[in-house]
Amino acid sequence: MLYTLLCYNKEDIVWSWSKEEDAAVMAKLSVVHEKLVKEGKLGPSLRLLPTTAATTLRGPGLVIDGPFAETKEQLLGFYVIDVENLDAALDVAKELSAANPTSVYEIRPIALYVPEARPNAPKEMVKVY
Amino acid sequence: MDIAWINSALTAARPQAVGALLRYFRDMDRAEEAFQDACLRALKSWPEKGPPRDPTAWLILVGRNAALDGVRKQSRNTPLPPDEEISDTGDAESELAERLDGSHYRDDVLRLLFICCHPDLPATQQIALALRIVSGLTVVQIARAFLVSEAAMEQRITRAKARIAKADVPFEAPGPAERSERVAAVAAMIYLLFNEGYSAGNDPDRAPLCDEAIRLARLLLRLFQTEPEIMGLTALMLLQQARLPARFNAEGDAVLLDDHDRVLWDDKLISEGLALVDKAMRHNRPGPYQVQAAIAATHSRAATAAETDWAGIDGLYLALERMQPSPVITLNRAVAVAKLHGPAAALDMIEPLEELLAGYFPYFGARGAFLLQLGRNREARAAFDRAISLAGSTAEATHIRRHLDRLMAEAV
Repeated sequence: MLYTLLCYNKEDIVWSWSKEEDAAVMAKLSVVHEKLVKEGKLGPSLRLLPTTAATTLRGPGLVIDGPFAETKEQLLGFYVIDVENLDAALDVAKELSAANPTSVYEIRPIALYVPEARPNAPKEMVKVY
Repeated sequence: MDIAWINSALTAARPQAVGALLRYFRDMDRAEEAFQDACLRALKSWPEKGPPRDPTAWLILVGRNAALDGVRKQSRNTPLPPDEEISDTGDAESELAERLDGSHYRDDVLRLLFICCHPDLPATQQIALALRIVSGLTVVQIARAFLVSEAAMEQRITRAKARIAKADVPFEAPGPAERSERVAAVAAMIYLLFNEGYSAGNDPDRAPLCDEAIRLARLLLRLFQTEPEIMGLTALMLLQQARLPARFNAEGDAVLLDDHDRVLWDDKLISEGLALVDKAMRHNRPGPYQVQAAIAATHSRAATAAETDWAGIDGLYLALERMQPSPVITLNRAVAVAKLHGPAAALDMIEPLEELLAGYFPYFGARGAFLLQLGRNREARAAFDRAISLAGSTAEATHIRRHLDRLMAEAV
């Protein structure tokens, strides 16, 4: 079963982390990432720029600056994981949460998965954030 | 419950919470005290009970209640209720706080920022006040960043507060015209703050001013998500800050943009900056911050100095010159012109500026460089000597001196 783990946090806090603080969290998370890769569970994963960089399209003609909704916590990124069931997905989420305790992880089953189709798609992690 | 997390949550909540408390109390000192009080209670209560669902609403309510209790205690001398009772704001209260403050949120924070950059205050006081009140930096930290004693900074902030108390900033929600004037004043203050840190270069006490400016710009942008100039301002600072790791060599000397090791540039800041430039351009409402951001973006997009789109940069400086005519902008454009049409053309352009820029270090640095490229070494040396005498920091002076020594040695 494919699940996506949506990572939420307050972006004003996360985006004012110092380089060192950010690197510390990313280092802890990468331990979990490597484990998931070894177990063959990790699909594509993204970290998003803050919602101030977002643009929202409402209907074909209406382009709005900003995110879909003003919320207290923002979607900061997501994982796609391939695990047996919800319990297994929760186990993964718990590991991520232990590495990044202030973030909240929403677990959502995936209904349709379209694989990477760009011919020159990177095979390695691309750190543009 | 991580204490570092609590501290960053308190800092993040500060502008909105102090802004709301200021609206209740209409007095800066009382608002700040109430917020301090709420923070102390948070540090006691959150580690035990876990953080509230809405830390900002919690801090506003607890701060307000604590201040009101303080008044009651003084007047009746009755004992305070136990801490748990005050601090226990359940979901119902949190929703109440949200209703109370949601609609005011934007204007509260804007008012707080605007008070700090009130036109009655000189620029240095504006920045100091914003750092103290909005960012919550301590007087010691601010004093260090401005290279003055703690007592002098304490006095500067007290004076600034006294002046704004008299200035009588209105507490009603501002109209659209007034709101956009406030936004522009705040943007100018934020850019001033950034430049204060940027010109200090690699000084560890002053460099954090840039981070603080970016944090305030992101805050302003979250309040005014559709303002292209605020996108431009934020992008400009992000793109300039991205180059910081390459701006100085191991000895701490300044490195020219042409000589930057671009691998050191911070990709994360660049992608955010470029995304904001893209968003701003869509609005077709150009302004000086957007144009400056577009110039910075042009540099960011060039993988090597040789790949820089100098014609594009020339055009952007020309647009900027039209928006705000200034000899400094013409001087910057001359650098692009030198790349495009050679040093003689650039020299012709800047010669008429000499009187206006007689005290401006970069003028003589650029003039020296153009003259040197033309082989007019004696005049170049005179320009470089003049630049050194005007340099604002040792890094600047060392940079010119090195330039001078190396190129003069080659020329002999």
